[in-house]
Amino acid sequence: MIDDSIIKEHGLTQEEYKRITDLIKREPNLTELGIFSLMWSEHCSYKSSKVHLKKYPTSGKNVIQGPGENAGIIDIGNGLAVVFKIESHNHPSFIEPYQGAATGVGGILRDIFTMGARPIASLDSLRFGPLSVPKNKTVMEGVVSGIAGYGNSIGVPTVGGETYFDECYSLNPLVNVFCLGIAKKDKIFYSRAEGIRNPVLYVGSKTGRDGIHGATMASAEFGEDLEQKRPNVQVGDPFKEKLLLEACLEVMEKNLVLGIQDMGAAGLTCSTTEMAANSGTGIEIDIDLIPQREQGMTPYEIMLSESQERMLIVAQKEKVKQAQAVFAKWDLDAVIIGHVTDTQNLKVKSGGKTVVDIPVGAVINQCPVYNREAKPPAPTTPVIDSNDIPFPENYEQIFLQIIKLPGLADKEWIFRQYDHMVQTNTSVLPGADASVLRIKNTDKALAVTLDGNSFYTYANPRSGGTIAVAEACRNLACVGATPLGVTNCLNFGNPEKSEIMWQFKEAVQGIAQACRAFQIPVTGGNVSFYNETEGIPIYPTPVLGVVGVIDGLDKIMTPEFKAPGDTILLLGENKEELGASEYIKQIHSKKGGPPPEIDLRKEKRVQSLCLEAISKKMIKSAHDVSEGGLAQCLAECCLIGKNKIGCHINLEDKIRTDALLFGETQSRILISLEEKQKDAFESLARNRKVPYSIIGKTGGENILIKQLGEKIIDIPIQKVYMLWKSSLSGFFKVQ
Amino acid sequence: MRFGIVVFPGSNCDYDTLHVLKYVVKQEAYFLWHKDHDLKNADCVILPGGFSYGDYLRSGAIARFSPLMQEVKEFALCGGIVLGICNGFQVLLELGLLPGAMLRNKNLKFLCQNVHLRIENTDTPFTNKGKPGQVLNIPIAHFDGNYYIDGPNLDKIKKNNQILLRYSSADGLLTEKDNFNGSLDCIAGLVNENKNVLGMMPHPERASETLLGSRDGHIIFDSIIDYIKNDR
Repeated sequence: MIDDSIIKEHGLTQEEYKRITDLIKREPNLTELGIFSLMWSEHCSYKSSKVHLKKYPTSGKNVIQGPGENAGIIDIGNGLAVVFKIESHNHPSFIEPYQGAATGVGGILRDIFTMGARPIASLDSLRFGPLSVPKNKTVMEGVVSGIAGYGNSIGVPTVGGETYFDECYSLNPLVNVFCLGIAKKDKIFYSRAEGIRNPVLYVGSKTGRDGIHGATMASAEFGEDLEQKRPNVQVGDPFKEKLLLEACLEVMEKNLVLGIQDMGAAGLTCSTTEMAANSGTGIEIDIDLIPQREQGMTPYEIMLSESQERMLIVAQKEKVKQAQAVFAKWDLDAVIIGHVTDTQNLKVKSGGKTVVDIPVGAVINQCPVYNREAKPPAPTTPVIDSNDIPFPENYEQIFLQIIKLPGLADKEWIFRQYDHMVQTNTSVLPGADASVLRIKNTDKALAVTLDGNSFYTYANPRSGGTIAVAEACRNLACVGATPLGVTNCLNFGNPEKSEIMWQFKEAVQGIAQACRAFQIPVTGGNVSFYNETEGIPIYPTPVLGVVGVIDGLDKIMTPEFKAPGDTILLLGENKEELGASEYIKQIHSKKGGPPPEIDLRKEKRVQSLCLEAISKKMIKSAHDVSEGGLAQCLAECCLIGKNKIGCHINLEDKIRTDALLFGETQSRILISLEEKQKDAFESLARNRKVPYSIIGKTGGENILIKQLGEKIIDIPIQKVYMLWKSSLSGFFKVQ
Repeated sequence: MRFGIVVFPGSNCDYDTLHVLKYVVKQEAYFLWHKDHDLKNADCVILPGGFSYGDYLRSGAIARFSPLMQEVKEFALCGGIVLGICNGFQVLLELGLLPGAMLRNKNLKFLCQNVHLRIENTDTPFTNKGKPGQVLNIPIAHFDGNYYIDGPNLDKIKKNNQILLRYSSADGLLTEKDNFNGSLDCIAGLVNENKNVLGMMPHPERASETLLGSRDGHIIFDSIIDYIKNDR
């Protein structure tokens, strides 16, 4: 019998349980309760976030699929569409870094190829605690090898991402995985169970006890065998997924399937109920037919298992044999486990008896929605008065300290463990503003970036959200790409706390505002709540994934200086803004805002100018000014790539020197161009009403920065390079 | 010219190789399924990169038992041109078509990066378009690329000029630093005694288009085409 403690262990409230009994007009059995509890969990139902996510703009003329499916889809012309999504795998990655991260990659890849797209690139947003703590290093090492282990094997390049370090992630590391695929526009597949009596096929790995809704299963009071339960993290098999990928794309190409959904979170439960609910049908399956890895699994365990590399497919009766033959060619199980019905119920049989019989509509559409209380924290995030920040005595020293901060230093230690070149589309190597992938047999390229500065969001959730979008779009502008669409991963603490809900609501508002300004639709993503340990939440961490397109392969721009003697210009203005900067956080140990101001109209003008100048072939490099400020940005232009060209800069701004060098004022892009393009560019900039300043020249072997003619920094590039390059690997034994 | 590219379960550079041969080098190229017993009259057989059978057990260890490997072996023993790239090289070692074995990279990590390679012997079907000592820029991407061979056999392959490519500096010097994976004698690619079978860890198909940063991979493909043309 279902008693209060079982309900509680399933994470359901008394009211939610009552709602279930009202909906199905009886008490559920344990398996049914398990199904409801999974589908009504925050992860699957978005019950606390739904009301706020409605604020996102989700439509647009190129949107083929907005939120609600496995991934978002946008038309890119040439009969092609991009399919993309970001998802979190935070909790598993902390418990078991390698497998947690690996199965995160596996999960997001399935979301993409389920829709008929071949995945062409992955990116990751990673957040760890400081590397001075050994445990954090272990987690990072495990996560990076997990991503590498899965992505390299399956042959999808990991082309970029971002890595941040902060104390708040020590007990709550974040692993957000993004994947992008390309599909033919007329060959897109959805999660549907259509055609009464059509067979339901189970494809892929056998089902085991891995990943079963942990807390409940560890208890013996259900009268189950006392046999050892597997840990709650799933184990990935990239080889199996590679077979699944090729086989699924082949049956799709041959038009042998009607509907398909991967078994990710909530496994068989989610795929059966969603496919049926999406089509207004029902599904009946026989649990005894499901390929199983272990003996004696109960219907409860099988329905709730999150074993990896599995797919559920609905095919036409007359084509099912052909489909099975394709799976056999790829050495995969493809078993008919049931059929589509007209009952609008999920019916599960075991040993000839019905063990589940519940309306899919109740499971999918009747989950309660909460508009949880949201109010600002008291006290609010401190505001730092710049008068309290002492002037540094030696700017060179500070500059070198900043350059080698793990968050700002070169990330080669990470990305050379990833195969970032397989599929031969990677046109700009990792480390630039955005990753660029050419689309074979066209003159187009796609650009992708992940962005989100959680320190800004902590200081001011709304502007943090807005800046994340603005900066992601700016990154795209720097490589020459126009943004097309957005996916987002919202990592927050416990939504039942009003201040967390407030952060969430504000951040979503900020993101929505910016997306409207840039006219880019949000096509999906993922919300990850409860990122807190021992009552301490992470900084609110929205991660934005923005995809853009470059029309013309000769219009791909990169950040590094190209030749000595070029003129360096700064688009935008330098302001005295130090709040929420890496500089005050890392150098002065001050945690507080306000984050830099953001004016979306101005931002758009700067980005448009950059794009126009690239498209008119006026400029030779472009790089976004972000964390670490102008000094960091200049250094990167000197250090990235093979050229290693120095610069000679004179800044005329009469503001605090530290704010000028390390402040993180928004809407700035550093560009370089040939002297002969200068006049044309200047007149274009004036025309487009974008403030700019000519700040120096490329050349020499030093990074030389003056303010009002007075030398502040003058260091050989080679020295800066050594620090920047070796900082991250220096934390690890094996380099 | 007909290039047959073997697809094992887990191959993941098969499409890349096909793309370069078909659309860049502009030759006839097609896939060969590992379960078949037909090389479809290929002039050159390529075992592409990837993770055949997930690299489970040991890189290349299971793929060598694929049905098509019988034909590949016969083809090679009759003088047919066979090129194994990365995982393909590992399969060739397991098949016994090339001597030696692969160990984990010396830093125990997967390595994906551009490297420099020095051409050691231009008198082969794979390098006749190169100049002796020429340095190529071609990327690597592997976990098990640390080549090993025992002493007497090392002497043998040296004496017989079987070492074709060595990891080097940009100036063609052999240094510890540039030998990223720790290969014995900096060996990046080697041929069999008859010089009709080449195994190389770097990926020439990733270095065949200007957009991707290097065109040096053409030396390998163009040499093969030239050799087969003149051989006919």
